[in-house]
Amino acid sequence: MFYRLSGVHHANYVSDSRIFKVPADRNLAVFVLLFGLAAPFIVPSLYLNSYMLPWLIWTAAALGLNLVTGWAGQLHLGYAAVMAVGAYSAIHAARFGVPWEFALIIGGLASSVIGSLFAFAALRVKGLYLALTTLAMQFVMDWVLTHSPTITGGSHASLQSPTLALLGQEITSDAGYYYVAFGWCVLVTIFMLNLKRTGLGRALVAVREKDFAAAILGVNSFYYKILAFATSSFIAGVSGALLVATFFFLAAPEQFSVNVSIQVLAMVIVGGLSSIIGSYFGVALILLVPGLVNGIVAGGSLSLGMQINVETLAHIPNAVYGALIVIILLIEPLGLGKLYGNIRDYLMVWPFDQLRK
Amino acid sequence: MDWVFLTELAINGALTGLLYSLFAIGLVLIYKASSVPNLAQGGLTMVGAYVVLALARDVGLPLWAAIPLAAVLMFGLGFGIERVALRRLAGRPVVMILMLTLGLDIFLRGTTLAIWGGTSRSMELGVSYEPLFLGDIFISRIHLVGAGVAIGLFVAFMLIFRSRTGIKLRAIADDYMASWSVGISVERGVGLSWALASVVAVAAGVIWGEIQGVDQALSLLLLKGLAVAVLGGLDSILGAVVAGIILGVVENVGADFLDPLVGGGSRELIVAAVLILTVMIRPHGLFGHHDIERV
Repeated sequence: MFYRLSGVHHANYVSDSRIFKVPADRNLAVFVLLFGLAAPFIVPSLYLNSYMLPWLIWTAAALGLNLVTGWAGQLHLGYAAVMAVGAYSAIHAARFGVPWEFALIIGGLASSVIGSLFAFAALRVKGLYLALTTLAMQFVMDWVLTHSPTITGGSHASLQSPTLALLGQEITSDAGYYYVAFGWCVLVTIFMLNLKRTGLGRALVAVREKDFAAAILGVNSFYYKILAFATSSFIAGVSGALLVATFFFLAAPEQFSVNVSIQVLAMVIVGGLSSIIGSYFGVALILLVPGLVNGIVAGGSLSLGMQINVETLAHIPNAVYGALIVIILLIEPLGLGKLYGNIRDYLMVWPFDQLRK
Repeated sequence: MDWVFLTELAINGALTGLLYSLFAIGLVLIYKASSVPNLAQGGLTMVGAYVVLALARDVGLPLWAAIPLAAVLMFGLGFGIERVALRRLAGRPVVMILMLTLGLDIFLRGTTLAIWGGTSRSMELGVSYEPLFLGDIFISRIHLVGAGVAIGLFVAFMLIFRSRTGIKLRAIADDYMASWSVGISVERGVGLSWALASVVAVAAGVIWGEIQGVDQALSLLLLKGLAVAVLGGLDSILGAVVAGIILGVVENVGADFLDPLVGGGSRELIVAAVLILTVMIRPHGLFGHHDIERV
């Protein structure tokens, strides 16, 4: 009824390898894309730049982590450190006078190099031990950042980002920043959508499921693990650089601390491992809901005439953020993407449930 | 080379290390029973310290009564966490369980601070701050007390593991399928390990709260605790104690050599390096089982 289909049935290989196997999904994607393009004219600029812009950039970053954790199955608790490498190299390059287009690419490549170091841990151990090693590497990177004034910009430990300019145009307007974030997010999303149907994506999934079974099939798991880490680090680096260039405007080591690594991993897992639409939902939930709840609590207490301690109010978002992770994992360990998928599968054949594929 | 100074660093390092062990024993207890890496141990430690303070300050109990009562409350909390959260994710991939414990950690920290506020409080155990003199060597009294508590807990756990309940716990740690088939309640055993780890968290919270004040920084012990637990082998309590001493000495002596070179703050770096090197060279640690799956 909603999807005008009674299940997905392929008659040939071309239809099987389409990105959107259901026309309604494609229509929805086109609608969302058009809304994204029109957003600066519809959404007030406060919401545009303080909610939608960080949401889009973090989604791009989360998709990068999803590549390595969801597709290749390698735990990564040092993602923020990789983003920091990209952000700092891109900004230093831009300050040095390199055009922003190349500065972003330099940031991405620098991240790839450092991120591949994380992959060497993945070549040795996996699962819990990989998580602990990458966590320790994150701490090392935090330490390096806070102890090297040449990178982080002197005693104030903050580095001013030069004005963003792409294709010869200086970008200073709110809409301009938004379009840069939007463009990057769309680019990463298209890459990830296509990953599913390429040899690379299939190889990564094979490595995730069983690395020695993949080796028997002729998939070199070492090569693909490094490739996964390098690709995801490139995405991380550019996202980190854009985050500083369009949202923070100042780079500081706390923006890429271990808590941020945990936050990105939470976005990916709450959204759903190897689910693209899930990453969008997960980022929205982790980024926006704690603030919303805080606003509701503050407003509610004000209207009820109760006095809530300022400190209590300051820590409620953290408690909510932790509770959200726990609750989502308990309700649906496969994340919001899976919940969306369940609803979609239900509506796809409704009211002909007996025809479920 | 000043040998007296070096000995002093080593002894105080070893004592601090035993305090890390105090924290790490909680991690090991849970990992041993259920192979779950409990990244919420830092949050639990913080809750433990705050509960003791709440009982002592807000309710007005004397400390000697507040600490055991807090231990009982935390025993219940640990049991509850396992029952409500961990049990439902049993058998899921490790990434989800890790994320769950991280979420719990954030939740516990946020809730504690929302209730009691983030300003640092002092524990006031009544241990003198006067250093103890051993010949020419200064030793901090509270560290000595804490090391005593750590060794006391270690002995207590050795004894508990010889009791009937303890033998069940060891059976679960060894092979939970087999334990199940001979009628041991694995769920209760795992719950008990969480409860015991929460009690350990109270001990760690009290001692560390006395040393550095009761505030959010208590949860930062996690990295050091993890390094100790991994170095000792994640499923060995003896390993946690030995590795604690080793890490403490290496950290204290190493920081003394490195700090002038890099301008201070090299402790975290040493701890992270120990963790990375252990995983790279000997993932099962000093005393752990050899069944770590390598790539």
